[in-house]
Amino acid sequence: MAVNSLVRTVSGAPRAGTVDRRRPRRFLGRRIIHHLILIAICAAFLVPFAVMITTAFKTPQDVFRVPPRLLPQRWVLGNFVEAVRSMPFLRYLGNTVLLVVLNVAGTLISCPLVAYSLAKLPFRGRNVVFATVLGTMMLPAQVTFIPLYLLWDRVGAVGTFWPLIIPAFFGSPFYIFLLRQFFTGVPDSLREAGLIDGASELRIYLQLILPQAKAALATVGIFQFVATWTDFLLPLIYLNTEDNYTLSIGLYNFFGQHGVAWGPLMAACLVFTLPAVVIFMVAQRYFVQGIAVTGMK
Amino acid sequence: MVFMAGPIAVSLYYSFTEFNLFQSPRWVGLQNYTDLVGDPKFWRSVVNTAYLAIIGVPLGLALALLTALALNFPVRGQPLYRAIVYLPAIVPVVTATYLWRWVFNAQYGYLNELLARVGLPQPNWLADPLWTRPSVIIITLWGIGGTAVIYLAALQQVPQQLIEAAAVDGANTWQRFWHVVWPTLTPVTLFQLIMGVIAALQIFAPTYLLTQTRSNGASGGPGDTLLTYAMYLFHNAFVFLRMGKAAAMAWILFLVIGGLTVLILLTSRRWVHYGSE
Repeated sequence: MAVNSLVRTVSGAPRAGTVDRRRPRRFLGRRIIHHLILIAICAAFLVPFAVMITTAFKTPQDVFRVPPRLLPQRWVLGNFVEAVRSMPFLRYLGNTVLLVVLNVAGTLISCPLVAYSLAKLPFRGRNVVFATVLGTMMLPAQVTFIPLYLLWDRVGAVGTFWPLIIPAFFGSPFYIFLLRQFFTGVPDSLREAGLIDGASELRIYLQLILPQAKAALATVGIFQFVATWTDFLLPLIYLNTEDNYTLSIGLYNFFGQHGVAWGPLMAACLVFTLPAVVIFMVAQRYFVQGIAVTGMK
Repeated sequence: MVFMAGPIAVSLYYSFTEFNLFQSPRWVGLQNYTDLVGDPKFWRSVVNTAYLAIIGVPLGLALALLTALALNFPVRGQPLYRAIVYLPAIVPVVTATYLWRWVFNAQYGYLNELLARVGLPQPNWLADPLWTRPSVIIITLWGIGGTAVIYLAALQQVPQQLIEAAAVDGANTWQRFWHVVWPTLTPVTLFQLIMGVIAALQIFAPTYLLTQTRSNGASGGPGDTLLTYAMYLFHNAFVFLRMGKAAAMAWILFLVIGGLTVLILLTSRRWVHYGSE
């Protein structure tokens, strides 16, 4: 059924997503079916969100009602108050924001630099370096995290933020790959013009190339934002004092202590999820571009 | 690069040692590897991870493709539908797992209420060893939006003349999909398959969050059905402080992923078509 519609639409419309107003009426029924199918699919993806939101606003008795109802009997804010009270929420939030800011900064400083030199600067062994970057994209994180942990342990940095910040300044293969694809498309003449005018490579990079790459940089920055904001594994390994917890680990800890307090838990989850959702809504365009580029080569 | 290439070699060295963080590493040769071969928990974790990969990855790809086909309908509001489908992919894994833990709740959860209404059996999702792994697959399926968006982008690049030509030649809908559209999607499918398998073999956070709290040490869920490979590796490294054994596990995983990737690439010659238009 879906296949049927796909083939019809691809042959019928100039581009998916655009609607031809002059389409004959006989397609009306088909269009309604299309919308119904899409609404059903979206409902499946949205219902868990609805559960999170409505549970967050329920009273404790309401949460444990049998049979469960989606909507609260009475909308209350108590769960949010309790969530913020029963853990140092603001502290976790501050830690998470700090890590996000530094990771995004690190990524935006290191990745375009490496990507640009891989795309445009002629140097020996460039292909070898690029192959290594591609190879490490496929490398399981587990292979590296034990030696890295031992390294951070030796310098006494386990329990601090450093292991969660420094690596971003060394670049991440995934973003380097994405940005290299972009820089490859920037015409060589731009760099050559700069060289003729006597600009240094660094100046060409900063003043000519980077401004071209604003959209690509935004994509990478947003991906890094979401990655750091939502990360669980690295904070779990490295942050072992409550003062340093991020929201991820704070929630994990909260669940351990107040397991069945679903109302406050869902309230905290909601607050934790909201910034990522807002960023996504605002910058949806960049997400879609970034995913399409990295997913299709 | 320093953060990637160096550690690979170092972890190979550690995999031949006994090391608990406090004493310096002691060379034990292949003992970590032979220990693992005789360790039932190790094999448990291999079986669980294979289950998640073999069922979860193809299912995820198929559902992502079907979703993308629907998203490609020429209707108004496509960007909104696409955004909704992608949304769960940006939800923090802690939130997603706890949210589903609540939805799966046997007594007060919404899923069983829904199943009861339509007259289906209501399994005790997270407590019944038979249903724990399907639960994890459902949680990961909720996040297939990224793959669906990639498929959608690929679908929008399918040359329409080809489909029209096939229609003129009298090909039916299924024939048009199978002979015209699907071949152009095979390179994307190959890439997604490889990335999906790599991710599935490393699955950690959802199973960890379904089974562990700060206080219960190294649990593997009901009947150890949620003990994934990455979780057992984590237990060895950070709970039992057997860094050598954990490094050996990491190296086995590295080799398996490399081997599987080569295998997929080799078989792909039979089913992947690189267009030349």
